[in-house]
Amino acid sequence: MERDKHFILGIFDDEDILLSAVREVRAAGVKIHEVFSPYPVHGLDEELGYTRSRLPIAAFLFGLLGTTLALTMQFYMMKFDWPMIIGGKDHAAFPDFIPVTFELTVLLAAFGMVGVFMISSNLKPWGQPRIFDLRSTDDKHVMAIDIASNGSVDLEQIKSALKASGATEVNSKSFE
Amino acid sequence: MAQASNYNLDQKFDFTAAVKKVIFFLGGLGALLLLIGIIAAAMGGHHEAGEEAGHAFHWSKRLFANLWINNVYFTGIAIIGVFFFAIQYAAQAGWSTALLRIMISFGNWLPIAAVLMLATFFIASHDLFHWTHSYIFDITDPQYDRIIDGKGNFFYWPMEKGSFPIFYILRMVLFFGFWIFFFNKLKNLSFEEDIKGGTSYWYTTRKWSAIFLVFFAVSSSVSAWDWVLSIDTHWFSTLFGWYVFASWFVAGLSAITLVTIFLKDQGYLEMVNQNHIHDLGKFVFAFSIFWTYIWFSQFLLIYYANIPEESVYFLERLSSDVYGPYIFVNIVLNFVLPFLVLMTRDAKRHNIFLKLVCTLIIFGHWVDFFLMVQPGTLGHNGGLGLMELGMLLVYGAAFAFVALSNLAKKPLIPKNHPMLEESYHHHI
Repeated sequence: MERDKHFILGIFDDEDILLSAVREVRAAGVKIHEVFSPYPVHGLDEELGYTRSRLPIAAFLFGLLGTTLALTMQFYMMKFDWPMIIGGKDHAAFPDFIPVTFELTVLLAAFGMVGVFMISSNLKPWGQPRIFDLRSTDDKHVMAIDIASNGSVDLEQIKSALKASGATEVNSKSFE
Repeated sequence: MAQASNYNLDQKFDFTAAVKKVIFFLGGLGALLLLIGIIAAAMGGHHEAGEEAGHAFHWSKRLFANLWINNVYFTGIAIIGVFFFAIQYAAQAGWSTALLRIMISFGNWLPIAAVLMLATFFIASHDLFHWTHSYIFDITDPQYDRIIDGKGNFFYWPMEKGSFPIFYILRMVLFFGFWIFFFNKLKNLSFEEDIKGGTSYWYTTRKWSAIFLVFFAVSSSVSAWDWVLSIDTHWFSTLFGWYVFASWFVAGLSAITLVTIFLKDQGYLEMVNQNHIHDLGKFVFAFSIFWTYIWFSQFLLIYYANIPEESVYFLERLSSDVYGPYIFVNIVLNFVLPFLVLMTRDAKRHNIFLKLVCTLIIFGHWVDFFLMVQPGTLGHNGGLGLMELGMLLVYGAAFAFVALSNLAKKPLIPKNHPMLEESYHHHI
């Protein structure tokens, strides 16, 4: 799929103004591509109409993979590959496996979650993250509106809606 | 604008006759089951009596063991109410402000628990605690026990071993005394704040909370050794105090959650919403896992090292026909069930899941205490029967009555608490 290339950016100073702006801009029928902020703004997800992240599902599945992997590995090693009697226990002594199982579950769930997050938010090593406005890492909130997905709405209308809702600047940004 | 003062902050819980009726019914049902259990035990007990040469098993012993299980268990839930209250202040938590009165109301059980526990100890110490027999400490007696003799000072100091366990009783009185003192202190500060207002009460409460938490850190552990671990006098476990505390804590959190949901269902606590309940659910979920961690840490090391004097504790339970199955009931109710059911966000935000899981957890942790107390006191004569269920219901109903009737005396919300507004706007 071809990535969106041309954006209008609304720059905001204040998170309360940002929140009401998101509400007003969406009410005006404009689709918001993304909002970038230097810190988590409480309630922004709800205002943007985001559904809950599916990241926990990925975490659960990776955790399950870790559990399976750990148990399979230990059963194979201890029971079939190199059976040893340790402390007079059965070769496949289940309670002994639990610490390793726990650790691998946590490890894979955590790594899997970070990996999925990195890939899905385009922070993967081979990805090229798009910087809309560097100040969004400092003290400005940046609302990005994709022109292509707002085909029916007039450009000037979007800009004036941003101005009216309290944006300190309205800029354009295009990517290669 | 939405704010906490829009709500009726002076609202009191009306302990209606209908609610009392349910509690009395459950208590009555428990008493009936208990009575049937006692009669059944008194009639049928003679067959097994012959097994132990000369030592007839009397049903009263089982009654005392049951009293002890519930004494320890409900004392724990009561003190956890006060503990969780104190934690909120020590952690300067704002979200829980609307729930503080529920937590502190549990502490009203403490004076009753103290009387019950002392009384049970004086009546039944020989049936419950092997170390109370004086012949153990008499070196000329054939039943002399060198190991218990070595531990004797922990119970009898400064008196002669085998006489009157003054140190033990002193600790029991001291712990209950201080717990009740701190409970009253915190409770009265909270009620005074309602009348006078201002932030000074919050600071004073935080100070007393911190002192209480330090005292509780030590006393919860020592009380676990005294009241539970000393039943298996030979055995030892260094994390037993934490194990008992973890069990108490999960049960207490479940009880707080259940009372909160009950009050919400009745139409009280309007400013409490699903976000607060979600956080309570998280606590139940997290500390169920904490309990499992502690339980398993204790089990794994003993199982792995397999030193006879340590592993006897688990052998008594796992290889017993009476108790073996309940080990698995314990793990399923207290770990598998809350872990799987409460894992998702939706489950923690819907009361029906929490009601189900919290009720089962309260029963589950009772089973945990059942497994701690009965094998050491009753051996193969124990079991989970009518007597056990009856006694649990009687204690549960009495506890609920005491907590709810005291909750009804004062407003449900500490209206002058400086963090009330924060609690109202709690959002996750």
